[in-house]
Amino acid sequence: MSPGRLVAQLSNPVVTDALVVSLKTSAIAQALVLLLGTPAAYLLATRRFPGRSLAIVLVELPLALPPAVAGIGLLAAFGRLGLLGGTLNALGVRLGLTQVAVVLAVAFVAGPFYLRQAIAAFETVDPDVVGASRTLGAGRGRTFFRVVLPLARSGLAAGEALAFARGLGEFGATIMFAGSLQGVTQTLPLAIYTEFDENFTAALAMSAVLVVVSAALLVALRLTLQWQPSRPTSRLLFAPSR
Amino acid sequence: MAALETDFTLTLRTFALELALDVERTVALVGPSGAGKSSVLRAVSGLVQPERGRVALGGETWLDTERGISLPPERRRVGLVFQEYALFPHLNVRANVAYGADGRPVDGLLERFRIAHLAQAHPRDLSGGERQRVALARALAREPEVLLLDEPLSALDAHTKTEVRGELAELLRELELPALLVTHDYEDAAALADEVGVLVEGQLRQLGPPSELVARPRDGFVAAFTGANLLRGRARRGEGELTAIRLEGGEELWSTDEADGEVGVVVYPWEVSVARAHEGHPDSALNVVRGEIGSVVELANRVRVRVGPVTAEVTAASAQRLELARGGVAYAVFKATGTRLVPLA
Repeated sequence: MSPGRLVAQLSNPVVTDALVVSLKTSAIAQALVLLLGTPAAYLLATRRFPGRSLAIVLVELPLALPPAVAGIGLLAAFGRLGLLGGTLNALGVRLGLTQVAVVLAVAFVAGPFYLRQAIAAFETVDPDVVGASRTLGAGRGRTFFRVVLPLARSGLAAGEALAFARGLGEFGATIMFAGSLQGVTQTLPLAIYTEFDENFTAALAMSAVLVVVSAALLVALRLTLQWQPSRPTSRLLFAPSR
Repeated sequence: MAALETDFTLTLRTFALELALDVERTVALVGPSGAGKSSVLRAVSGLVQPERGRVALGGETWLDTERGISLPPERRRVGLVFQEYALFPHLNVRANVAYGADGRPVDGLLERFRIAHLAQAHPRDLSGGERQRVALARALAREPEVLLLDEPLSALDAHTKTEVRGELAELLRELELPALLVTHDYEDAAALADEVGVLVEGQLRQLGPPSELVARPRDGFVAAFTGANLLRGRARRGEGELTAIRLEGGEELWSTDEADGEVGVVVYPWEVSVARAHEGHPDSALNVVRGEIGSVVELANRVRVRVGPVTAEVTAASAQRLELARGGVAYAVFKATGTRLVPLA
């Protein structure tokens, strides 16, 4: 198998379609994870309220679920015959076989990787430093952006890298919930699976793309963490969230 | 100069902190760890919310639970210096100091606190004394109307501490701001503050100038905390001017104070002299306690000797002359007029 034949496969429409679907859904899903996950993680890390433990268990549950079960769960909730299916249907929203379904599946499965890490990162921020910012005249918002976020940054980056990698490789939940429709819901892993029988070279080329992306991601993460001067984060990467 | 007025109740884990206090110059709250000292500063600065009470500075109300007023910390002009300083680890010294300066130049403060040469350094590269100066400069850059110091000397090593204590005392005099500081060390409190309050389990036991706390401790705890010997005994009216106290160990002491029943006999180490021999000449104006020498600790030019239950401070010369050593027997001698009788707390 020469590298030339692999590169040639990159213009195969199946491959380009899968690449576009994967990049687009990943980008949207990760944006959702960051926008909703960051404030949620900060609240879970800094507030003590009844039901907090339960909330953390729910957040972490998808980590423990087999992806296929996550897919079934999403179907049971949002599918045509699911719990919210009727409501969505009445609103004219059909999720099955759409990119929205792919985004939901990816966010559901990958989000907890970010949340877990983000909670741990926020918990390591010294509450006195936050208090110091407040007494120095900065309100909650300014304190969050000027003190909390910079101090938790490396932990958040590590969590997001894990979530992105996990989301890019998402297979089980996506195929159950969104199907595998070329150009619409067929992401790279789904296309690899389909092409495995049809066109092995294409499958191999797409696998190579994923290997390169994953490696680049890890290298980039390592570089960011070294460059960031505040504190070592290797410990944070696998720190359990309390 | 506007005074800080506080009167609030804040429930802590095992007790309620109740504090009514006016701060015009420097007030120090001393007490054992867990007495609620830090919580006082957090309540004044707005980082915790007392369930009842008032905090006001001059005419400005910061907290009034009855009127539903509670300004957030960023709207109370306090300069709070945390025990571990809580510098921003991701910012250099200049950025730390400038954080609350609202755009005002901070070069003057950097010069004044001798940290101008450290402007580009990060907090992790500073010594304890330097961190403290940065924390003070940062707090003052906000132009606070009250200064709050949490254990300002406890994070420093013994050598730095003496030096910093002097500097801090001078700074507090110069600033002419009401300042409230908390510490577990009575000596630090007495050195820094005009008035010292003893706080135990959230209650203010006594408040007054350091000299008054030493001269007239309200109870045994205050006396012991200010460094006095506290001997437990039972007092009964004696003949003449004197009260007789029988100690738990059986010795009889005399005091010029009046009391009856369970009391604490208070005597400061510098009122006690030490003798190796004692002629059995009963003189009720003079108290004598015989005991084994428990410890001999040399301080600068004084020696602190423990004789039985009593700690005495004698000059280095007399300690040498008396050949004081652990395990020997000695007599602690002090005048009846040098004792105070206080209720046991």
